[in-house]
Amino acid sequence: MFFYIIRRLISVVIMLLIITMATFLVFFASPIDPASLTCSKNCTPAVIQGNRVKLGYDKPVPVQYGLFLKGLFVSRDYPDDPGLKQRSPDAIYTCNAPCLGYSTLQTQGVTDMVKNALPQTASIALAAFIMWMVFGVVFGIVAALRRGQWQDRLLVGLSLIGFSLPTFFIGQLLYVFIALQLGLIPISSVGYFPFTDSPVKWAQGILLPAVTLAAVFAASYVRLTRAYMLETMSEDYIRTARAKGVKEVTVIRRHGLRAALTPIVTAAGLDLGGLLGGAIITEQVFNIQGLGKMAILSIQNTDLPVTVGVVLVAAFFITVANLVVDVLYGVIDPRVRMS
Amino acid sequence: MTTTTSPREAASAASGESPAYLSLRDVKVHFPTDDGLVKAVDGLSFTLERGKTIGIVGESGSGKSVTSQAILGLHRRTRARVSGEIILDGEDLMTVKDERLRELRGNKMAMVFQDPLSALHPYYTVGAQIVEGIRVHHPDMSKSAAKKRAVEMLGRVGIPSPQRRADQYPHEFSGGMRQRAMIAMALANDPSLLIADEPTTALDVTVQAQILDLMRDLQREFGSAIIMITHDLGVVAEMADDILVMYGGKAVEYGSVNEVFYRPSHPYAWGLLSSMPRLDRARKARLDPVPGNPPSLINVPPGCSFHPRCAFRDQVEGNACSTIVPDLVEVRPGHLDRCHLTPAQKTQLFDSVIKPRL
Repeated sequence: MFFYIIRRLISVVIMLLIITMATFLVFFASPIDPASLTCSKNCTPAVIQGNRVKLGYDKPVPVQYGLFLKGLFVSRDYPDDPGLKQRSPDAIYTCNAPCLGYSTLQTQGVTDMVKNALPQTASIALAAFIMWMVFGVVFGIVAALRRGQWQDRLLVGLSLIGFSLPTFFIGQLLYVFIALQLGLIPISSVGYFPFTDSPVKWAQGILLPAVTLAAVFAASYVRLTRAYMLETMSEDYIRTARAKGVKEVTVIRRHGLRAALTPIVTAAGLDLGGLLGGAIITEQVFNIQGLGKMAILSIQNTDLPVTVGVVLVAAFFITVANLVVDVLYGVIDPRVRMS
Repeated sequence: MTTTTSPREAASAASGESPAYLSLRDVKVHFPTDDGLVKAVDGLSFTLERGKTIGIVGESGSGKSVTSQAILGLHRRTRARVSGEIILDGEDLMTVKDERLRELRGNKMAMVFQDPLSALHPYYTVGAQIVEGIRVHHPDMSKSAAKKRAVEMLGRVGIPSPQRRADQYPHEFSGGMRQRAMIAMALANDPSLLIADEPTTALDVTVQAQILDLMRDLQREFGSAIIMITHDLGVVAEMADDILVMYGGKAVEYGSVNEVFYRPSHPYAWGLLSSMPRLDRARKARLDPVPGNPPSLINVPPGCSFHPRCAFRDQVEGNACSTIVPDLVEVRPGHLDRCHLTPAQKTQLFDSVIKPRL
């Protein structure tokens, strides 16, 4: 098990390296001069040239890539000019490790932007995750155990509706009904408020976006859980457990759910990992300044360093989620542990 | 249907003995499906005394396993429709509450399933699965005592270094080991009724003998009744006191081992016996299989369900074989069969046609 995890960790590092290379190349090897994209309306050849030097775009691409990788572990300066740093330290932006780059459009380091956006995304993603896992899995089990009866039909029907409605529609619907019409949550309270400031305001603010996100995922988890529960409950070892005289509740929990859990955990880990990289539509609807919104804005503004940074952060979460899922798999299923 | 359900019952009624330990009367298990009603078991009756063994033989799909699961009540809360009467030690298993049935399962009546790889849970150690079965019925027993018992059982079924083996998972066991673990699990609570569904099919012959010995020991020690489901006639000859031959969900022949083996009277039983390899006879160029395929359980052939495969249907007058369902009737004392041939015809056919071929 120990070596298994070490092996997986190494492959995660390699994977991340490949992803940095790919994203870096895609954006910096494009025919458009990246320096010309660093200033929007006030672009003059002098400004462009200044930014080119400042961001290191004058160097060959492999060197730039090396500097970028180095920046992930040690801090780097924009521009990287020790002489200038001596004369006027204020003209230098020091980007602390892990440095994901510098956006001249936002006049901000990408790492700082991520640090601001991540708590917002993580708040709604984690809250939604808990909701969809609880409701999705519980309802899925109920549907499987009441297969063909009205409970099953109702839950499967509801999940079909939930699954078919686009996220922005559910989001708008909740916003209009709960916040505007019924006034259950004041409009000014919908959005992100730091947990450390006021946990109550935080919870109130992320409730609607989290429910929106959870609704879509819960719908698919009802179907997923139902399918896997039906499959395991018809296995021979379930019949053996019943023949042993094990109580039905225990049969379902210890013998059925335990086995059905493996694929559910896999899907849940990957979905959560993906969401941490940004819930684009939900963040847009509820105007939450998360990673998804950051990604959209950076693409609209062709703010290359930000796009690269967000993609990397998202890729990081997905690969880590993959690793966690693989390790959990070994914990759940003894057959995986051995091999 | 005849009123006599078993050769032994008739005998015990006459001598005024107590009723049988297990008795099934007109048990039917039907499964409604989209294609029609599957009559997996259709009016089965037999009785079993303590300390005795009944062998149920028949092809795949003849209803053997479905019958045993009906006794354990494993069809409850499924779509299966079960009717008839199943009485175990004076208790009607068809009408007892689910909770009572659960108390009996794995305790008073236990079952050894075929295909132990899928019948054991892949996520729990073999020891843990046996311990679970013990502790369900002995909640006061400590975990360590139950574990000790589980290890002891694994040792008794001939698993080497049972202490270590108990902490292993089913996928670390070989096929024969898994089957033994399955048997250890069933025997853990000293059941007085043991249903063994093909218990030795996956095992090599030496292990097979050990397992059969083990079951006989259990029977001697606790006076258990055993239902042995198999298509291995050798095992039946070895173990059983009575034989019940099933075909298409019905009993077609039922009697003591000696009667059915040495004076079989149903053409299907003749077929089964002829298809059995024998070491004590001259080697034949080929064995004689029963021609044709097992019947559909949805569109059961009219009349005798065996008639499409029966080589002797022409010997019955008229077309009774394809129109009238024969009753299970006594051909000799303690020997019943379900066939339109007259007893005289059967004796004559068996002696002249079948016996020389066996």
